[in-house]
Amino acid sequence: MNTVEGLVNQIQGLSTTASDVLSLQNLLKQADDSLHAESTRLFPFLDQLDPSKHSLGYLYFLEACTAGPVTKEQAGSYVLMIARFITSCIAEQIRLAPDKFITVCKRFKDQVLLLEEPLRGVAPMLTAIRKLQSSSEHLTALHPEFLLLCLLSRCYKAGLSILEEDVFEVDQPRDLFLFCYYGGMISIGQKWFQKALELLHNVVTAPMSTVNAIAVEAFKKYILVSLIHHGQSPANLPKYASSVAQRNLKNLCQPYIELANSYSNGKIADIETYVEANKDKFESDNNLGLVKQAVSSMYKRNIQRLTQTYLTLSLQDIANRVQLNSPKEAEMHVLQMIKDGEIYATINQKDGMVRFLEDPEQYKTCEMIEHIDSSIQRLMTLSKKLNGVDELMSCDPLYLLKVNLLFHIKASLVVT
Amino acid sequence: MDGEDDAPKSLMEEMYANGIEGVDDAPSSSTSTTIRKNRPIISGEQLDIEAYAALYSGRTKIMRLIFLADHCDNSGMQLEALRMAYDELKKGENTQLFREVVQKIDGRLGPNYSMDATWCAMVDRKADQRKDKLESELNAYRTNLIKESIRMGYNDFGDFYYAHGALGDAFKSYVRTRDYCTTSKHIIQMCLSAILVSIEMGQFAHVTSYVSKAEQTPEALDPPTIAKLRCAAGLAHLEAKKYKLAARKFLEVGPELGNSYSEVIAPQDVATYGGLCALASFDRTELKNKVIDNINFRNFLELVPEVRELINDFYSSHYASCLEYLGNLKSNLMLDIHIHDHVETLYDQIRSKALIQYTHPFVSVDMRMMADAFKTSVAGLEKELESLITDNQIQARIDSHNKILYARHADQRNATFQRVLQTGNEFDWDVRAMLLRANLLKHEYNLRASRKI
Repeated sequence: MNTVEGLVNQIQGLSTTASDVLSLQNLLKQADDSLHAESTRLFPFLDQLDPSKHSLGYLYFLEACTAGPVTKEQAGSYVLMIARFITSCIAEQIRLAPDKFITVCKRFKDQVLLLEEPLRGVAPMLTAIRKLQSSSEHLTALHPEFLLLCLLSRCYKAGLSILEEDVFEVDQPRDLFLFCYYGGMISIGQKWFQKALELLHNVVTAPMSTVNAIAVEAFKKYILVSLIHHGQSPANLPKYASSVAQRNLKNLCQPYIELANSYSNGKIADIETYVEANKDKFESDNNLGLVKQAVSSMYKRNIQRLTQTYLTLSLQDIANRVQLNSPKEAEMHVLQMIKDGEIYATINQKDGMVRFLEDPEQYKTCEMIEHIDSSIQRLMTLSKKLNGVDELMSCDPLYLLKVNLLFHIKASLVVT
Repeated sequence: MDGEDDAPKSLMEEMYANGIEGVDDAPSSSTSTTIRKNRPIISGEQLDIEAYAALYSGRTKIMRLIFLADHCDNSGMQLEALRMAYDELKKGENTQLFREVVQKIDGRLGPNYSMDATWCAMVDRKADQRKDKLESELNAYRTNLIKESIRMGYNDFGDFYYAHGALGDAFKSYVRTRDYCTTSKHIIQMCLSAILVSIEMGQFAHVTSYVSKAEQTPEALDPPTIAKLRCAAGLAHLEAKKYKLAARKFLEVGPELGNSYSEVIAPQDVATYGGLCALASFDRTELKNKVIDNINFRNFLELVPEVRELINDFYSSHYASCLEYLGNLKSNLMLDIHIHDHVETLYDQIRSKALIQYTHPFVSVDMRMMADAFKTSVAGLEKELESLITDNQIQARIDSHNKILYARHADQRNATFQRVLQTGNEFDWDVRAMLLRANLLKHEYNLRASRKI
């Protein structure tokens, strides 16, 4: 009892200056076990602490409190408390104990899911990420949790802000895998296929020593999204993908590879029969919707190819060449593609003719110049960053050891 | 395209100038023989087998006759070919082929052309005797170590095997003479024999290597030999489907060839193969320089005036008549052992070239007129044009409603901008992914390093 009370007082006292906070941290670390021992009784003490001032202490108490199994009723109150804590805590203080913070947030997520209200967790988790990150390029363990909540609550837009940032620093590879996988799924949901391809590509080509389930699932989605976006699936993984991935991923995703092969043959009837035959497999992977999108993208691909050879074509001819059932369907498809900006054409309903036009973009407008200029700036920054990383790497002693440079330098010194 | 109306009339005139009456199979009088000498042998009309066979000698004559018999539909021609093959075989010593031909004849030509077992037995016996004699002679020469005699001995063995149809042994024997060749003339002789056997065996890789070997001794090469080597090289390229190289080789064959290479190829063949391959693979300038303005090759083309006419028609854009000549020649070309599997490919290539050349100078082309010029329907023409456009051989777009083909030249400026932006995006993506991967690797490496510590 005394220790807990004493601890509370010390927290209240030592939470003002930075040096005090550091000594407080040491105290808390030592007292951690005793806190855990008294976990059931700690609840009322939380009222004595103010999360916006005594963040570190509050964090330790909170962590100890939530350590044990939690019932649904308790979960409700805990969720409120943690959410309040996250919004009001001081970033610098919690960064001194990142592991505890992460544990608390993960438990928060579990409780939110227990209550089956993932939406409640979205905003607090976003705040938590922002407070935990050392920079916007830093990937924390909370990123995938956040994206999971977004997915489960179908609140995709919230996830987009996180996805737009470039990630360069990673704590745990597993976080990256999950982050990219969930991020890919969110992007697919928003039909942001290019981003989805990037994220899934990162998972599939990330260095790994053994094949993990996340990579396998990501590869399946990767094939489907490339079919939708590019009209062809990657024949082989690029050389920088790990050898483990290169050897095994294809074997584990056999039905998808076959789907990609029949897609490249261009016969819609074949691919539809194949999908029907393997419906269960696709459904069990939750990919059936994506597969259906891939099949419909085939019509688009075929119509796009027609724009390369023809200036005008009757709707009946389009229907025949693309293997649609009627000119009406062809008209619907072409109309949809014009609306989505995938082709430039005009439909003359009187004689049922479609006239294909050239891309009207002349690259002469101010917006285009600005776009090009900003792209150039962005790439120059990126290039500088790349040079910086390269220089850093070439000064790294481990690297130099590997390259035997030091050895050579020593050898040459001995000679002279 | 105004000349199209004149084309059919002049075509008729030319045909009347070339061919006279119908086709005579059996020679009846001297006048018809002289007429036959003037008439081209490889032409659009039905093949005159006797004249055709008279162009060749040796084993290739028999093989060609057998091929003819196997592939032509007309049973009269079939029997004629088999009869001539039988007669030719009786003059030689190849009993294996003899038996084959007799089987094919199947008694249809009467009792004179049936299995002559006594003749076979006699020939075989003589063959064994000769073989023993040659062997003993060769052994004698080998013990005496006289190079020249050993070489002659192996040569004789080669000739013997070749006459009896054992081509593999013949090849081996000829190749063995290599070690005993002393002058470049001997080397040339060996190469020519090896080439002959390889062509008969169908192993054209050997042909190429021996041709190059022979060409490495330029001192001993006289013009007929050079011509022969070029023909052989051309044949090898043709078999390898390298039509451009084959055309070049055939076009370099000089008129000194004459009839000296009748064991392999006739000058009519040189003209036909060279002309067709050139038409299928050369561009306009090369066609003009190397074929039309080529004085040497003109002599060859005189022997097959239809090929000459069709090349000229193609160059002067009379596509309908050119394609008509091609169509007429097709049935006879299918009966030729070297070119029959390449006829389809060559024809397709020539047709595509004609289509491309037709559309090249125009901004817009009326597809109905083009269909008339190529003697095809508009729908068929549209399909052909579509495949050519997809292969990027024609830069144009089809207006299917009005049936017009419009030339389309890609806007370079826009295309450049597009490519630039795309390259920028790809660079962006690649570098970011790479930095991420590098970070992961560093993390893994640090993890491993810290674990070791």
